[in-house]
Amino acid sequence: MIDRKEIFETQHMIDREHLDIRTITMGISLRDCADGDYKRATQKIYDKITRCAERLVPVGEEIEREMGIPIVNKRISVTPMALVADASDTEDTVPYALAMDRAAKECGVNFIGGFSALVQKGFTRGDMRLIRSIPEALALTQFVCSSINVASTRAGINMDAVRLMGEIIKATAERTADQDGLGCAKLVVFCNAVEDNPFMAGAFHGVGEAECVINVGVSGPGVVCHALKDVKGQPIDVVAETVKKTAFKVTRMGQLIAREASTRLNVPFGIVDLSLAPTPAQGDSVARILEEMGLERCGTHGTTAALALLNDAVKKGGVMASSQVGGLSGAFIPVSEDEGMIAAAQAGTLTIDKLEAMTCVCSVGLDMIAVPGDTPAETLSAIIADEAAIGMINNKTTAVRIIPAPGKQVGDLVEMGGLLGTAPVMAVHTESSADFIHRGGRIPAPLNALRN
Amino acid sequence: MNGASIIMHAIVTVIGQDRVGIIAGICVALAGINVNVLDISQTILGGMFTMVMLVDIKEASVPFGEISKVLDAEGERLGMTIRIQREDIFNAMHRI
Repeated sequence: MIDRKEIFETQHMIDREHLDIRTITMGISLRDCADGDYKRATQKIYDKITRCAERLVPVGEEIEREMGIPIVNKRISVTPMALVADASDTEDTVPYALAMDRAAKECGVNFIGGFSALVQKGFTRGDMRLIRSIPEALALTQFVCSSINVASTRAGINMDAVRLMGEIIKATAERTADQDGLGCAKLVVFCNAVEDNPFMAGAFHGVGEAECVINVGVSGPGVVCHALKDVKGQPIDVVAETVKKTAFKVTRMGQLIAREASTRLNVPFGIVDLSLAPTPAQGDSVARILEEMGLERCGTHGTTAALALLNDAVKKGGVMASSQVGGLSGAFIPVSEDEGMIAAAQAGTLTIDKLEAMTCVCSVGLDMIAVPGDTPAETLSAIIADEAAIGMINNKTTAVRIIPAPGKQVGDLVEMGGLLGTAPVMAVHTESSADFIHRGGRIPAPLNALRN
Repeated sequence: MNGASIIMHAIVTVIGQDRVGIIAGICVALAGINVNVLDISQTILGGMFTMVMLVDIKEASVPFGEISKVLDAEGERLGMTIRIQREDIFNAMHRI
């Protein structure tokens, strides 16, 4: 029988340290739903999603009960909708978002990702139609998440898309101004987007994926932070070892749940995403882990090094715990969703410039950051271009999820609600980037794209 | 259970103030729904009763959710916190 100490350790992690499974995400291919008639296409989309994901939520809840571990979110990701809607006879892609939203509601999931387009090298007409409908789509739907891939290491950066996305983010914020620009919390701009990411808002079901798969995202910043309290003052390699061991345990939970869900739903198991995903709850913060390593406040000098260690150790620990690792797999640093990050931003220690440096070594990018509502679209585009450049050159995924909150100034707070948390409005540089952004065109693929 | 996976063992943990009849009460409750007790380990630390039971739920007469409810009710009656979880979660975390 399992040792008593081990049983209580697991229960302690769940009860006191916020150990949970962050998400079970069912990826569903909608490639067979394309139709010239948009009404037929949207009906097919609704029917297929509700058929595939009918049992997702009840099965998730059943597993939660039996294992005694919370599964916080049950979600759906679908084929980038621009591919499905390309054949459509309508200029307006909003009906496709509405169909996704209805299906999500019917299935009882709390987000559906994949109102997406991949335009790293150029736009199709369908891509352009989808991107232009994003502000309306995100304002009219409750559960739909959108992501646009504007760059990759292989293709370079589509600067026309970068410019356009700055404008789209502004328009989305204005269209959802009554909710402080909440629409922008459901919109991610990527470089090197991954096809099997289970986390929102950037999840979509890539074109290389199977018909239907189950991907699982784990969590566990609280567990890592707690484990580090036991090695206070010890050399930094002990910290790395401790994070590794903890990440192993956390990921094993994810692997178990993924296998179980896959068996019960009779859907192939895709991947476990090893990410450390924080929540706004006390004791579930990535920033506090960095501080536990010996930094007075997240964002001060040393933060990037501490984050690099954390990100790497999480992967090393997790990779042995799961047979299939994928997604984004690393440490997330969403400002509004992390109690320690919020505190550091409010104290002025954590700035956008420091966050940008941190994104060179973390798993994603500038995430859930509120900026003043009067930030020009070109400045948002320039922020996206910087992030995309980091991703392109370093062969990694980077992303921007930024909220130019209408009417808000530096120091104000933007309440997103629930897991999206509270975003302190952060300062951006006021010097213009407009002439750079208005050039348009493409930043060529870097030398390290030529690997063959 | 929907029968999709073959699972049998679960761990019952019991924590609370020590008193007469804890083990008896829980075992009777489990017997009533045909859950077989395979192993019990129990200690008292500073008046605090902690018990870990390995049980076989293969032949249980009710689904897992109901077993959990039966134990919750018994826990309420005894003034103890009782929890049942499948053994798999502990094996996954602590055994390679």
